[in-house]
Amino acid sequence: MKTLELKNLYDNFRDGKTIQAYAKIIAEDAKKLKKPINIMEVCGGHTHTIMKFGLPQLLPDSVNFIHGPGCPVCIMPKERIDHAYVLAMQSDVILVTLGDMIKVPGSNGSLQQARAKGADVRFVYSPMECIKIAKENPDKKVVFFAIGFETTTPMTAVLLDQVVKQKIPNILFHINHVTVPEVMKELIDSRDIHVDSYNNKIDAFLGPSHVSVIAGSKIYEQFPRDYGRPVVVSGFEPVDAMQGISMIVKQFIEGRYELEIQYKRVVTYDGNINAQNLIDTYFEKVSLFRWRGLGNVPDSGLRLRDEYRKYNAEIAYKDILPIAEIEDHKLCICGDILRGMAKPPECTIFGTACKPTTPIGSCMVSSEGACSAYYKYGNLL
Amino acid sequence: MCLSIPSKVVKVSEDKTMCTVDTMGVQRDANLMMMGEDDVQVGDYVLLHIGFIMNKIDEDEALASIETYREILELMDEEERKRAISDDDNCENR
Repeated sequence: MKTLELKNLYDNFRDGKTIQAYAKIIAEDAKKLKKPINIMEVCGGHTHTIMKFGLPQLLPDSVNFIHGPGCPVCIMPKERIDHAYVLAMQSDVILVTLGDMIKVPGSNGSLQQARAKGADVRFVYSPMECIKIAKENPDKKVVFFAIGFETTTPMTAVLLDQVVKQKIPNILFHINHVTVPEVMKELIDSRDIHVDSYNNKIDAFLGPSHVSVIAGSKIYEQFPRDYGRPVVVSGFEPVDAMQGISMIVKQFIEGRYELEIQYKRVVTYDGNINAQNLIDTYFEKVSLFRWRGLGNVPDSGLRLRDEYRKYNAEIAYKDILPIAEIEDHKLCICGDILRGMAKPPECTIFGTACKPTTPIGSCMVSSEGACSAYYKYGNLL
Repeated sequence: MCLSIPSKVVKVSEDKTMCTVDTMGVQRDANLMMMGEDDVQVGDYVLLHIGFIMNKIDEDEALASIETYREILELMDEEERKRAISDDDNCENR
């Protein structure tokens, strides 16, 4: 084949025979492993692919998955969902966010329920729709409730860039952007109370696809170098994931601990520099961001730089936004699941009290969460 | 949340801030403000995410991956063919 067609980008990376071929290669290579390995797929997109295509069933017992925290909706603590709800209930506010947020329950209810009570909540495909909404409603404040990892942060930055340049007076931002390497580091560094030792469960990482398109593979350099954990940045299609897993297994049998890119058709070492510059212009790190299920993670959150404080909804509405932290239900074991200490079926409320329609813990909240994926695709592991 | 859609650029606006992409027969507009001014041309393959072009898809790398998969399948077919012949040769019930 000499030229690429659009359908090749779908079909060739979902081809059943190629998936089976990699399954054979991995099974053969895994015989040479000295001990079983646990691979954390950091991103919820990978969790979804792994469960949807039943990849665990294709792999030998010595290759296991740990489902990581890379689901921006799942990791949002309840108090921040409550912020969205409180803002939405203001009569002068139009709350705009991405569709993923619709059903996420806070302590007062979800944004869908706020809308049923008369709040003006709009779920948009693209953040840029805020500009049209703001221009059509000059007497209202449009608050963009921004969520996501490095993948979606630059889109929020482009929106703010346009708000500043076009001098749009009635758009504000509630920022909930978080970053991936810091939470990966936290997962390795954190002392686990159950086993009273450092978390040695994670042997390697399957690196996120589209976070890496923006940030570049360079953000994972510390993991092979400082922790001896291989990282293979892989695409989201099932062939990509299987090839990525194969590359990790080969590193172990060859005694290598390296950063490699499987997803070379879009990921480079440096990433999208324009996007990174936009993020740097408008955002700065916050020293602590509380992750649902994991607690405070140092340097893992972003906020608007001080020179853009007038666009910050958390400052503009600070008198009405609740500040108390809200813990998850005592029976929820999402923290253990995210650390690789437990699998969803080990939770006593999984599939009974806690379901996608009535989620109790973070991993059930979004379709990308580990519990939600297990519930949807059956207990495949 | 982070899923993106491979698409092909069919039109770039005059001010180069927007483009029209084709995603398996469906056309839609996409924002180019995360890309450098002349980075994206008509005919390029790109990744689309929440209305933005995130990056170009490198055709050579995509083709190289597809070629690797073709070679792996060919090698497996060859091994299976050899195994079938060898099984047949060693068959005691012949």
